Amino acid sequence: MNQKIIDAMAGLDDEVLMEEVQAAAQSGVPAGDIIADLQKGLDIVGERFAAKEYFLSELMMSASIFNEASGLFCGGEEAEGASKIGTFVIGTVETDIHDIGKNIVVSVMKSNGFRVIDLGVDVPAQKFVDAVRQYQPEVIGLSCLLTTCFEHMKRTVEAIRTEGLDKGRLILIGGGPVDDRTVAYVGADARCETAQVTVEKAKEFLGV
Amino acid sequence: MLIVGELINTSRKAVKEAVLARDAAFITELARKQAEAGATYLDVNCGTMLKDEKDSMEWLVDVVSRAVDTPLCIDSPDPFVLDAGLALCGNGQPMINSATLEAARYQTVVPLALKYGAKLVALCISDQGMPEHVDDRAAIADELISRLVKDGVHIGDIYIDPLIKPISADITQGRDVLEAVRRIMTGNPGVHTICGLTNISFDLPERMQVNSAFMLQAMACGMDSYIIDITNRKIAAAMLAGSAIMGHDRFCRKYIKGYRSGIFA
Repeated sequence: MNQKIIDAMAGLDDEVLMEEVQAAAQSGVPAGDIIADLQKGLDIVGERFAAKEYFLSELMMSASIFNEASGLFCGGEEAEGASKIGTFVIGTVETDIHDIGKNIVVSVMKSNGFRVIDLGVDVPAQKFVDAVRQYQPEVIGLSCLLTTCFEHMKRTVEAIRTEGLDKGRLILIGGGPVDDRTVAYVGADARCETAQVTVEKAKEFLGV
Repeated sequence: MLIVGELINTSRKAVKEAVLARDAAFITELARKQAEAGATYLDVNCGTMLKDEKDSMEWLVDVVSRAVDTPLCIDSPDPFVLDAGLALCGNGQPMINSATLEAARYQTVVPLALKYGAKLVALCISDQGMPEHVDDRAAIADELISRLVKDGVHIGDIYIDPLIKPISADITQGRDVLEAVRRIMTGNPGVHTICGLTNISFDLPERMQVNSAFMLQAMACGMDSYIIDITNRKIAAAMLAGSAIMGHDRFCRKYIKGYRSGIFA
């Protein structure tokens, strides 16, 4: 464990972080150990964000410098592979084209070690079903900003459950107007108020 | 965003007294304060010292160069004073404030920019006088830029000052100068535009309101350099917010840092 890497990641001190990661990689520290330290730092970023010490742009920045740092020793794609703790399929449901919140979740989930399959916006139920079948994710995320789209969220969840693709999977929903009643109405497993909550719920489900 | 700190100017009484008394501690503190507040250049102007301008400039440049690492903007109407100050500048590429399109000034100041490899503030004034409106401002700017580039000044070292006039005397001046900035920046890729803020609000109450609004509107038109009092919290806060909105502040990092430093309180 390299406390300097953890602290620099947690403190968003990108210059120090890149130096430390470079030095660690050159002195032969295994990639997995460096990734583990970076993720410890990210966990602290998540805690600070949840405690409102950090702002959203700092959460976004943490994802960006995590990617930059892991790219230093094993290249972008490999870094994702090396750090993969699970697969997450996400999209904005049919008839809604809002993607700001969804994109934040995508970045933060990626930087926290998930393989993320981003289906984009205005995604029909069938496309979710196909993606779940193809990528076999442990966690599925449905996003929307418009209350008028709850109906499509409901249909999507139903389609996944009807096909029996919900077994052993966690279905999360999120978006501005989503509350506990929405969870009940659409039949999802839980809702996520922020990207950080998505990470926490997904990790809890995976037991990591 | 290039921020030229404007406070080391003997038209300010305390600075004049410090220069007369050769009070290095006062000037050092003033330089540090501006650098800490985010100035990327420090203007040095002792034009009010008249006969003593050259000696004062040499003393000031020496003191400021020791005080901070920030490069200097040597500000004088007198090419001999400019030369003397530039010769002593030690902190990276210096800046000259300023040349104009007036034949006498152009011919004496531009060679100094080439001699010292300096950035150059070029005011939109020609031998025909000061511009009145958009078209003549943009025309003088275009001529300045093409002549400077032809004479060997790199376009990225040219900072066009569109010449700000008070809106209190002519209400069209704000709009005209903003439009001129837009034209200059889109018509001459790579060039910079710069200005001070004090003229625009001349003889209006609460001038800071007008100054900071003008700065942000100029920014939206593409202006990327300012000669300002960056130690003023209102100006510094507006600069941080404006830079973030323009996309110059990745992850709003400087804005948040400014917030944490207490600048918005």
